[in-house]
Amino acid sequence: MARSLGRRVLVTGADTFWGGRVVQALDGAAGIEFVLGLGTSEPTVRFERAEFVHADQTYSILHRLVGATQVDTVVHTFMIVDSTSAGSGAMHEVNVIGTMNLLAAAGASDSTVRHLVVKSSGLVYGSSERDPATFAEDTPRSRTPRTAVERSLVEAESLVQDFVEENPGTTVTILRFANVLGADISTPITKNLSRPICPSVFGFDPLVQFVEEGDVVRALEFVTRRRLRGTYNVSGPGPLPWSEVAAICGTRLLPLPPMRPRLALAPLVRLGVFDLPPELEALLRYGRGMDTSRLLGAGFDYRFTSAGAVQEFARSWRLRKGAGRARERYVYEHDVEQFFRHSPAVARPPDR
Amino acid sequence: MPIRLTAQVATEGAGGDDARRSDVDGWGRSERVRTFVRRLSGPLYARWFRAEWEGLEKVPETGGALLIGNHAGAIPMDAPVIMHGIETELGRPVYGLADYFFRTVPVLGTLWSRAGGVPARPDNAYRLLHDEGRLVLAFPEGIKGPSKTYAERYQLRRFGRGGFVEIAMRAGVPVVPIATIGSEETMPVLLQVPQLASALRLPHFPITANMLVMGPLGILVPFPAKMRLRVLDPITFDVPPDQERYRKSRVMEESERVRERLQAALYDMLANRRSIWFG
Repeated sequence: MARSLGRRVLVTGADTFWGGRVVQALDGAAGIEFVLGLGTSEPTVRFERAEFVHADQTYSILHRLVGATQVDTVVHTFMIVDSTSAGSGAMHEVNVIGTMNLLAAAGASDSTVRHLVVKSSGLVYGSSERDPATFAEDTPRSRTPRTAVERSLVEAESLVQDFVEENPGTTVTILRFANVLGADISTPITKNLSRPICPSVFGFDPLVQFVEEGDVVRALEFVTRRRLRGTYNVSGPGPLPWSEVAAICGTRLLPLPPMRPRLALAPLVRLGVFDLPPELEALLRYGRGMDTSRLLGAGFDYRFTSAGAVQEFARSWRLRKGAGRARERYVYEHDVEQFFRHSPAVARPPDR
Repeated sequence: MPIRLTAQVATEGAGGDDARRSDVDGWGRSERVRTFVRRLSGPLYARWFRAEWEGLEKVPETGGALLIGNHAGAIPMDAPVIMHGIETELGRPVYGLADYFFRTVPVLGTLWSRAGGVPARPDNAYRLLHDEGRLVLAFPEGIKGPSKTYAERYQLRRFGRGGFVEIAMRAGVPVVPIATIGSEETMPVLLQVPQLASALRLPHFPITANMLVMGPLGILVPFPAKMRLRVLDPITFDVPPDQERYRKSRVMEESERVRERLQAALYDMLANRRSIWFG
């Protein structure tokens, strides 16, 4: 088999928001021979040439997949960071057990994997009154994690660190993303910011940082191409206070009592107006600053600063309100995709 | 009292980023809030405490420096007076390190942060001093300074574990001791009620002379003691910066030396003081 064609990439979580976009970014790019997307449900974005495998992340499947496709690069985007989207049990299954199985498959003696990229989150730093203003990649968190999502991410990262020690020949990249804002992504923060009023904790105005969704995909693509080794924070530079975030988004602050803010907001959360998971409550008290110099030093350039990401989000939100949802929704049709990929009737350009 | 602002400070929060709406910098400090605070504390500084400096020229005009002071009075007035004095006289912003306890208090914590307060964490101090070349004010006695009773006035407490020396060594900046007299008499602590402190989750709960004289008003209002401040010669350490660690014995030795010099300066200033109220 010819190995000189380029990198063979496996992307986990290809059916999720991030995985799908990473597949799109790498699909057909120079230096990439093929991209294989792995997901537990149908993909939500259109793949041009990339293959999609509908499978869960059990060890036996991953081991066979890695062996059969001889991938040299794994981009692990299937990490749940939004605790409102899954229960704590599901988060543990995906973040910890899924990662463990993937690492076991990638570290098997017959494995061809030489580069592993893991999409983690700034949640591993937590949010506490004892925190430094800025977390560098090697700054330890101040308190032990108390929320399920933080616990599972911290545990997943420690599994990755074990993998690094056991497999010195494999380049491992961990990206820790700040809270993401963008036109397409939906998180508790984007939900709250798109209302006329937005929850805050009375008397607290923390400094927060954001990364724009396009920069997330660009960062994942950047480290995959450059084969950067180590851990990197990914966040638009320049923290800003939560009150300013609300002002840029044109929403008013709804101050919640500092003693039990989640209890006070519970009825509106129940009605689906807001989301306030415990890790967001902590963020609305103490914020989180992330040092961006390491990835900038490696040559990555952000399209948006933190404030710029907020402004871009507000712009796209106003556009959506003004113009309605114009974006065409993609529905995965297995037979149609198979036809376009494999049928001799489909005319292909000669360079492909 | 003229309020001078350096142009650099006023624009730095924006960082060329036109999406920004406020001037809050990466530490939570806002020069606009500082200006407002200085306007309020101006009369207190000039008329109430009649603060007088000696050796202010020893504070570096550029680059990072760690200002070290003695801490006294139930609500220590030395911190705002030093910050106000240096910012108005030298036009350089001062970041004041304090216990992270302030962060946990609603409203007060936010105001404290906007007014230049920063949680006393080694990482924070290092970034301010080394990366940004700022003036940083710290009180190595910590809460032990303000919580000591009036009977122990001007007796410096232990200087922590000498962490401030280590940070200055690592950041490669001088330590500038500032001796302050008068702050003890602004709010003398008669006795401590630790039970109330723990019940209210406060760092300490003193009964002050102010409370006896002024009643409930005395919880916040300081006596108009004359405050004198003396900047001592900056101390530089001839060690290479950015080391992983420094010899603990050397750190403790230097920490003790700073403490002795500060204590000697306090005794000297007290020996020359004729009146608590008029200096």
